[in-house]
Amino acid sequence: MTTTPEKTGLVNVTIDGIQISVPKDTLVIRAAEQIGVQVPRFCDHPLLAPVGACRQCLVDIPDAGNGKPIPKPQASCTLPVAEGMVVQTQVTSPVADKAQQGIMEFLLINHPLDCPVCDKGGECPLQNQAMSNGRGETRFDGVKRTFPKPIALSPQVLLDRERCIVCQRCTRFTDEIAGDPFIALIERGAQQQIGVADDAPFLSYFSGNTIQICPVGALTSAEYRFRSRPFDLVSTPSVAEHDSCGAAIRVDHRRGKVMRRLAGNDAEVNEEWISDKDRFAFHYARQPDRLSHPMVREDGELRPASWSEAFAVAARGLRAAGSSAVLTGGRVTAEDAYAYSKFARVALGTNDIDFRARPHSAEEADFLTSFVPLSNEVEYADLETASVVVLAGLEPEDEAASIFLRLRKASKAKTRIVAVAPFTTRGLQKMNGRLIPTVPGEEADALRALADDGETALDAGGVILVGERLAQSHGALTAALELARTTGARLAWVPRRAGDRGAVETGCLPTLLPGGRPVADAGARVDAATAWGTGSLPDTAGRDGNAIIAALAKGQLGGLVIGGVDPRDTSDPAATLAAIDFAQFVVSLELRLTEVAARADVVFPVAPVTDKAGTFITWEGRPRPFEAVLANPASLPDLRILAGIAEELGSPLGFRTPHDVRAEMESMGPWDGARAPLGPVKEKKAGRTKARAFVLSSWKHLLDLGSMQDGDAHLAATARAAVARVNPAAYDALFGMLGEPATATLTGDRGSVTLPVEVGDLPDGVVWVPANSAGRGVLADLASPGSSVTIKGARR
Amino acid sequence: MAEPKTLKEQFWDPVAGFGVTFRTMFRKVVTEQYPFEKQPTAPRFHGRHQLNRWPDGLEKCIGCELCAWACPADAIYVEADSNTTDERFSPGERYGRVYQINYLRCILCGLCIEACPTRALTMTNEYELADTTRADLIYEKSDLLAPLLPGMEQPPHPMLLGKDDTDYYRGDFAAPPVGTEPMPTRGPSDHANAPEPEGTH
Ligand code: SF4
Ligand code: SF4
Ligand code: SF4
Ligand code: FES
Repeated sequence: MTTTPEKTGLVNVTIDGIQISVPKDTLVIRAAEQIGVQVPRFCDHPLLAPVGACRQCLVDIPDAGNGKPIPKPQASCTLPVAEGMVVQTQVTSPVADKAQQGIMEFLLINHPLDCPVCDKGGECPLQNQAMSNGRGETRFDGVKRTFPKPIALSPQVLLDRERCIVCQRCTRFTDEIAGDPFIALIERGAQQQIGVADDAPFLSYFSGNTIQICPVGALTSAEYRFRSRPFDLVSTPSVAEHDSCGAAIRVDHRRGKVMRRLAGNDAEVNEEWISDKDRFAFHYARQPDRLSHPMVREDGELRPASWSEAFAVAARGLRAAGSSAVLTGGRVTAEDAYAYSKFARVALGTNDIDFRARPHSAEEADFLTSFVPLSNEVEYADLETASVVVLAGLEPEDEAASIFLRLRKASKAKTRIVAVAPFTTRGLQKMNGRLIPTVPGEEADALRALADDGETALDAGGVILVGERLAQSHGALTAALELARTTGARLAWVPRRAGDRGAVETGCLPTLLPGGRPVADAGARVDAATAWGTGSLPDTAGRDGNAIIAALAKGQLGGLVIGGVDPRDTSDPAATLAAIDFAQFVVSLELRLTEVAARADVVFPVAPVTDKAGTFITWEGRPRPFEAVLANPASLPDLRILAGIAEELGSPLGFRTPHDVRAEMESMGPWDGARAPLGPVKEKKAGRTKARAFVLSSWKHLLDLGSMQDGDAHLAATARAAVARVNPAAYDALFGMLGEPATATLTGDRGSVTLPVEVGDLPDGVVWVPANSAGRGVLADLASPGSSVTIKGARR
Repeated sequence: MAEPKTLKEQFWDPVAGFGVTFRTMFRKVVTEQYPFEKQPTAPRFHGRHQLNRWPDGLEKCIGCELCAWACPADAIYVEADSNTTDERFSPGERYGRVYQINYLRCILCGLCIEACPTRALTMTNEYELADTTRADLIYEKSDLLAPLLPGMEQPPHPMLLGKDDTDYYRGDFAAPPVGTEPMPTRGPSDHANAPEPEGTH
């Protein structure tokens, strides 16, 4: 808690006749909590700086510590304790009680009391505290101030101004925590209200948190408006599945349907905040194309089949296809990933397994095999204590929202943020960070140069966070490891998807077995084989994702077991789809009838995270187990399906539930032998950029066209616009000096897209576009990873 | 051994029992010939619920679920939704999209109508709540809504009595033509049907 600094030296105070010792600078309202007295409050929030805006927390101070009373009741949320202070709250002091009732009466004068149509009704601090600390009857018989109802601060967040009690929690959150001060207090007196500029809607990735902390129903979400009542809802704690941050969430559901999600409270991970994606993107699991039963292909058409038939057909097909490979995708829970890993080795007898449904490289596989498993050098708390945090291939605001909020908090203290990136993003600005302008592909040089960069002063107190995108930059991961070694800074790999880290830990890689056991190590193979009770395991490293696609297309591989892979995310979307088409036999485990499932020979519906227990492993290496939210016996986790196929194949996996798998993983344990050494980095292919061509830089916005954000139009409307970014010189060259809004057509080796253009501080010859905010995404529509594009300007 | 019975016990008592029967033969019959003849209930009898309408036919229910909250038998299920400018079911922003009362659960206690802040929910004297299937005993909104009286229009339609919901709740609208008040049934439990001014909320 920010407002309870752990400083040495205790202070003795007497609250309601009870003596306690609390750390210096503790606020009276917190000290009272410690003796079990709840002083009513609205504006006070443990993670926001105290303001004393609502005055509800008045207490009486008969002795301020200097022997003299404070003559008027004081706001306990802004008053630090003093030695010898005597405090009387509403429990023992009629003065404090009367003061609180008076404030409550003032607050209610202009409050509409429209609880029956208010979403907060039933869980409203104003309702509750009006009952506990207010007068039963109103004495006000004038006309209340009203406003026309409600105004939209953003497509998602609505404001009912007459309900607002001007506590400023929302504006303080946006200013202090998210750094998106789009909303502010405007007007004076009774007209004082929260306002937003007409031309700048409240488009913050974290806007949903204001709805949650608003102590009245003034802020509501368009998505949850009028959907249900607190007493309808069953709340189940869970873990957000949209990124590798493992944010704690609370899923509120009614009659088997998720109605909303709220931020959980986990001081070690996400504190009390989550991104809007974690909060609002849950409709994907109940889209009309959600699969409800297995299907098998007969005479070219998919037809419904029973589970047992589908298991048998899948096993028969995989046996007939000869050698098969497994692509898991990055959305799997650790338990499911373990099942895929064991299924590939035990049932299919292959190391051809990869979780990376995105551009990847052999260098990355090496890095993942030798460095990542079992590492947990950096945790969230370390980001706050680090002297400097270097970000490479990672844009935290878009790709790891909880990290962004931690880094922003850290940067407001003394941590410096340095980003090896093509331009200063809004996120970097908000973290007050320094940009090391880097042309995509040259991150390795930039990282090497950091070792003796005086301004960055990276040392043992520093942290390096590398994103998964660094895999696309030749030599960069190796350079990052080298930088960590020479400077003593701690390194962590931050993938984008929730299941990526768990997939590494469970060996969904061609070179890795579960628990960090390298395939190349005979001892590790024997260890795994013994744990699994099989004779031996395949001893050569398998194919990675790209090689699996290539081998399928060439017919070297016959079968494919594919989980939640979106072909548009892979290095070559067209080739991936072609390979799936060409493959002899494809088993698809999918939530919805995707492009992949429609091409498969057997389709199994899998449970979304709400329907199964599982574990996500955060980028730190912290396991985040969760239980099923909804009981849906027809919805089976991937691991149950793999177990069913394996049984038909004659090599049972020995588990059927996530809890079986957890037990098996525990008994197998991590590898304590030597880790795989890093392989040599191959020489960089001399890529030649054409004259007048721009190197393409790209990553995904937090909110874009991803299929897990389907089904919430309000959320989609808050996404950042798809714009291309170039530097001012290039902009002038393209559009002249007029500086009007302009669009340009970018053409790469896979097609062209037309986007509005904005300027940024990019290096010469670099263009940035969001990876999946328009059309079918950059990889499908524009250019292959690491390639360059030409730009043609067109005035709008 | 029991004592030998007296003469009274042996001869008089058995016959005396028939005295009641004999007397009753000459009294007025109290048997009700239900279901062939229906008797009116007590005026405040708690019968089937009714969802009332404003005089223009808009629904009074705002989908607040307070009735569901109050119900000790968990018989009521409500899902609210937003009125839109194209599709308006009630004055104001919110209306009850789904409204069900499960008469297999309902104990007709009337706590729900006490909870209702808009007098949308009242009780009629209708007591014939029997059916042959469970599903039929879950009454939907369409089963519970008061019938449309002359002057009422089937929602969705715009607010006809005033420019906004405040006019409705304050009673600031021209009194509807006589005889068009939504009063399909009698009884004080139904007292809220008249568009009484409720401007003091
Ligand atoms: S909108 Fe809510 S959080 Fe913001 S000032 Fe008003 S009452 Fe406080
Ligand atoms: S009458 Fe009583 S039991 Fe029946 S729905 Fe109303 S509150 Fe529930
Ligand atoms: S009937 Fe009354 S209490 Fe029930 S939802 Fe409608 S307005 Fe609310
Ligand atoms: S809680 Fe203390 S002034 Fe608001």
